[in-house]
Amino acid sequence: MDAAKTSDDESVAQRREGMRLLARATLGELSTAWDAIADKPEVAPVRGPETGLVMVRGKIGGGGDAFNLGEATVSRATVRLSTGEVGHGQLLGTDKARARFAAIFDALFQNGAHRASVEALHEQVAARLDAEDRRKAEETAATRVDFFTMVRGED
Amino acid sequence: MYVAVKGGETAIANAHRLLADRRRGDRSLPAITIEQVVEQLGLAVDRVMAEASLYDRALAALAVRQARGDMIEAIFILRAYRTTLPRFGYSEPVDTARMKVERRVSATYKDLPGGQLLGPTFDYTHRLLDPSLIGEEAVDEPTLKEPGEPVMRVSDILDGEGLIEGDGQMPEGHVAGDLTREPMEFPMARDLRLQALARGDEGFLLALAYSTQRGYGRTHPFVGEVRIGEVEVELELPELGFAVSLGAIRVTECQMVNQFKGSAKQPPQFTRGYGLVFGQSERKAMSMSLVDRALRTDEFDEDIVAPAEDQEFVISHADNVQATGFVEHLKLPHYVDFQAELDLVRRMRREHDAARAGGKDGMKEAAE
Amino acid sequence: MTPQSQIYTGAFADPVFEAQAVFRILMDCFARPGTIGRLSTAAAPPAPLGEASGAIALTLCDHDTPVWLSPALSKSSVPTWIAFHTGAGVTETKDEARFAFFEKGATVPGFDQFALGTQEYPDRSTTLVVEVEALEGGQPLIGRGPGIKNGIVIAPKSLPGVFLDLWAANRAVFPRGIDLVLTAREAVLCLPRTTKLERE
Repeated sequence: MDAAKTSDDESVAQRREGMRLLARATLGELSTAWDAIADKPEVAPVRGPETGLVMVRGKIGGGGDAFNLGEATVSRATVRLSTGEVGHGQLLGTDKARARFAAIFDALFQNGAHRASVEALHEQVAARLDAEDRRKAEETAATRVDFFTMVRGED
Repeated sequence: MYVAVKGGETAIANAHRLLADRRRGDRSLPAITIEQVVEQLGLAVDRVMAEASLYDRALAALAVRQARGDMIEAIFILRAYRTTLPRFGYSEPVDTARMKVERRVSATYKDLPGGQLLGPTFDYTHRLLDPSLIGEEAVDEPTLKEPGEPVMRVSDILDGEGLIEGDGQMPEGHVAGDLTREPMEFPMARDLRLQALARGDEGFLLALAYSTQRGYGRTHPFVGEVRIGEVEVELELPELGFAVSLGAIRVTECQMVNQFKGSAKQPPQFTRGYGLVFGQSERKAMSMSLVDRALRTDEFDEDIVAPAEDQEFVISHADNVQATGFVEHLKLPHYVDFQAELDLVRRMRREHDAARAGGKDGMKEAAE
Repeated sequence: MTPQSQIYTGAFADPVFEAQAVFRILMDCFARPGTIGRLSTAAAPPAPLGEASGAIALTLCDHDTPVWLSPALSKSSVPTWIAFHTGAGVTETKDEARFAFFEKGATVPGFDQFALGTQEYPDRSTTLVVEVEALEGGQPLIGRGPGIKNGIVIAPKSLPGVFLDLWAANRAVFPRGIDLVLTAREAVLCLPRTTKLERE
């Protein structure tokens, strides 16, 4: 029972992380990965793709109770593959094509035959994001102030 | 009374055509692209997103271009656009402690974990017009350096000594209010005030914040911390039962620390004002945090003595879309209203003249 | 079909136009209380929600309209179906709901337990969507009021015995009160709070 729950948690965590990366994938990354899939299943729309709003919430004082900061555009899609899997894609912005691709890859991730190619896409996106984050952190680090104390006059 | 009049359709159509012409300007120059606005006028885009209360860089840039650079018009256009979209839900509260920091400064501690990170700031520039920007001078790549230790929240440092109030807590069971769904009512809880301030006019909040420093409400502020960077936005999907990341947005956060001498209820300590704004705008975030603190008079048994402490005054007038609508409507036809007032003033003038001509008899009667 | 996959099917194939078509019929039926409208476009919600009731949910519910569901509907996959396709959340508090749904044969509680609106905002009330066995063939009632010329006879089947009393009480708090949509398979009959009902 506990073992089943742990593996459940693990598969949820993997899917969540995959969806996080798919939300950040570019249209180019997604369409290239899609083109590379050999035996593509049929894709049927379940919901969307559509664009709407999510109210972004902040925390009072940075860590307190929630307040509504303002909205952000979000595009989302849900698709069903001819192999039966249902996938969801949702990401910031108005790009419905990316949302649809993200949903397709979320569905493919649940299909054993396609899982490896989706994981390869995940890794590609993760590597790009890491490099971008790393670069930004290094740019910021170069603007860090190194204080030094001048010799005081009175002694 | 309203009198329906027709006419002006041709004039309006031609005016819009003229507007499109002036917006485009000299046709021998290349048209500005949305990508150029996003990349090169990014802080204008940020301001439009913050005050339109809609995070979308491309749409905000389009609004800036459509409005010919008129910020309030751009904000108005983007606000109008958001009403056409369905609401999918409320995000999980963003975690600014896990921000990918691009700038962080503190005025209260010199050496603090993570250090003073200046980032892309206008501070320490000489504010001299730079003629090299007239042309297309090559720009150097930024310097790179090995990142140091993670950035710690300043409020947590003071919190260790118990000398600062905690993060804002609302009463048990309180559901965060949403101005876009319910009409405003006063007194207004702090969560709703923060929503109103986050979308409030930067100039108005700046002026109010300045007024608190000049003595209209005393707050003794220090910038505990200003930080700019990206935070992830997560949305719970009911069909899956867990929250997923939608991507990241850039925000500016300000923790303003204020001296507080204590009251019957609370010991002397530091209190806090909070600012959180879409995009990069520390002027707005700092102003917001000063005004947030000024508005918390009821929590600290303070008297309301200054405009910045008056909720009804501050919140009702902070929204520039509402303000511009009401001010600018005055230019619309008021022909009938004015005719009525003209008749009234003419009659009053006749009575006034008659009374003066009637001379002292009239005055005497009035006196009796 | 598994309950999990059930929630993804049965919505409108063409959400914009089908919702507009349903909205038009509902609007006409509310403007002409007592007339029976037939939805040309079908939803296939999970049991036990009826097809017309499902189409109404898809048309009128969204993220800003909390929905109350009868106990049997709450226990089915209807809550997740409505949440997925409309964005509406389910509330357990009757007077917070903007819409309330009842499957065929469900017990309908007193209307005054739902939101009745206020004197200032009578629109802030719950609209009840109640499925009955049939919209014809029951005990005949005469309806009078705005939108009805010379009275209209309605005869929904399997209305609860106390229905007329409940409806009279609802009339008495006008302009507050609930509005009612009766459904049977693909047909609807609307009773706005302005309609008076009595036995023929």
